[in-house]
Amino acid sequence: MTTDQALTEYLLRLADTDMVLAQRFCEWCGNAPALEEEIAMMNVGLDLIGQARNWYDYVAELRDDGHDADFLAFRRNEREYRNLLIAEQPRGDYAVTTAKQFFFDVWHHLVLTRLTESSDERIAGIAAKGLKEATYHRRRSTEWMLRLGQGTEESHRRLTDAVQNLWRFTYELTDTDEIEDQLAEAGIGAGNVGDVWRAEVARVFAEAGLELPEPARHFYMDGKNGKHTEHLGFLLAEMQYLPRAYPDATW
Amino acid sequence: MYAQQVDTGSKGLKSLDEMSPEERHFQEKVDAEVRIEPKNWMPDGYRKTLIRQISQHAHSEIVGMLPEGNWLTRAPSLKRKLQLMAKIQDEAGHGLYLYSAMETLGADRDEEIEKLHRGEVKFSSIFTYPTLTWADMGAIGWLVDGAAIVNQVPLQRCSYGPYSRAMIRVCKEESFHQRQGYEILLTMMREGTDEQKEMVQDAINRFWWPSLMMFGPSDTNSPNSAQSMAWKIKRHSNDELRQRFLDQTVPQLEFLGCTAPDPDLKWNEETGHYDFGEIDWQEFFDVLKGHSPCGVERIQQRKKAIDEGQWVRDAAVAYAEKKQANNAA
Repeated sequence: MTTDQALTEYLLRLADTDMVLAQRFCEWCGNAPALEEEIAMMNVGLDLIGQARNWYDYVAELRDDGHDADFLAFRRNEREYRNLLIAEQPRGDYAVTTAKQFFFDVWHHLVLTRLTESSDERIAGIAAKGLKEATYHRRRSTEWMLRLGQGTEESHRRLTDAVQNLWRFTYELTDTDEIEDQLAEAGIGAGNVGDVWRAEVARVFAEAGLELPEPARHFYMDGKNGKHTEHLGFLLAEMQYLPRAYPDATW
Repeated sequence: MYAQQVDTGSKGLKSLDEMSPEERHFQEKVDAEVRIEPKNWMPDGYRKTLIRQISQHAHSEIVGMLPEGNWLTRAPSLKRKLQLMAKIQDEAGHGLYLYSAMETLGADRDEEIEKLHRGEVKFSSIFTYPTLTWADMGAIGWLVDGAAIVNQVPLQRCSYGPYSRAMIRVCKEESFHQRQGYEILLTMMREGTDEQKEMVQDAINRFWWPSLMMFGPSDTNSPNSAQSMAWKIKRHSNDELRQRFLDQTVPQLEFLGCTAPDPDLKWNEETGHYDFGEIDWQEFFDVLKGHSPCGVERIQQRKKAIDEGQWVRDAAVAYAEKKQANNAA
């Protein structure tokens, strides 16, 4: 694969993951456990869509095929989407949303930190802007891990269930494939952040009173290459409904 | 906007002579446009009226997130999704600072929210209407936020300090929302397909009358207005504000290239205002009584969110207490 091809694939993974996670946040609108959380989740969602847009814009420029960021977000199907599997999992209860977000945020923060050093200036710029936001996201979800882990028996139980259910998808956060390795070698991509991710997660788990499972292993699914769980199709069907139903419309 | 038919509990206006010395001092301050602050003495009726009005206003901001939330997962572009999310977030923020203003009067946010969920207090009639197409996001921004601004601008001078200050902030953001809403419709009308244009006209047809109803019953049928005006909570009559809204909205409607579902709407040279047809007050009072398109669903959703979030809030409290105990030890 040429570096450019690898690069657009890599950027789509970042963009799609942001987009799909933000879509899950949109589902919380009007349903949050407190007004303050309503606002905080919208904040994170806004940041993620903003970042997705920056990555999509760059992909659109690199591809230069007449398709813009909106096309990339709203007209590609589930086999073309490149998001991490954990992002597309249903929002579940607040424990599921918290655990999901925490696993992602730790990874996202590490990845963006490395990308600020990317030899690709455009990537470094977008990452630097996103890193400020991701730092807040990570702090917020870490705090919620501690609250739910140490809070009440019920919150501890719910969080434990959420972790057990979601853990299997975390191998995508700790493993890299050829595309990621190729770009890391070229000084463009973030490379593997698995060791640091696991250490940070272990630290928070210990403080939250949670048991750290064995590392998750790859099992057929491969979000980064478009092999998703069954949840993504429905998420996209809802999100893409208008642009697909009215292909000639201008919104 | 978001407060309709607020009961003042008053049977008639008292003259200064009939008032107790405290009441008279209070009324003189109000008359002199001196703001009343939380620690100042105030008549019980004034306090209760404000709690009713501000809580209804806050509830409306929060319930008002739902008709828009209905389209958030289906917003048609990245830009529109970001805009709508930011708008809904602003509304949650408005709700928060209105609840804070209400708490300065000694009311409790959680208790007032429970009253809403039990159906004992109201929220604005407009949010009981369904949002059926994306064009409704434009119509709500333009008409509903537009009506809200007309109602809230005078509230910036409300006699109660915390409420008036909250309104100054709210109005700034609402103006932004209104322009955004109008721009959604204008884009569809100027650059859209025929189907999209039909969507816009349909949204206006459905939201036109309910927006005019937002100002509350006509002056002849508004028993609480006189007391609210004397206390300078309210500055203008319902009909006056409704007319102001209509006068500014009709030219915008024409600029869009759309029409209103009102055959009697026409410019009146003599009065310098637009004449308009009779509002279906039966519908308005039905909606207020709960016989509304989505009123039940709106409250059910709010109640469900708060009920299902109980364990989360409990966990946060328990954790904070543990942390505090650890810090003290």
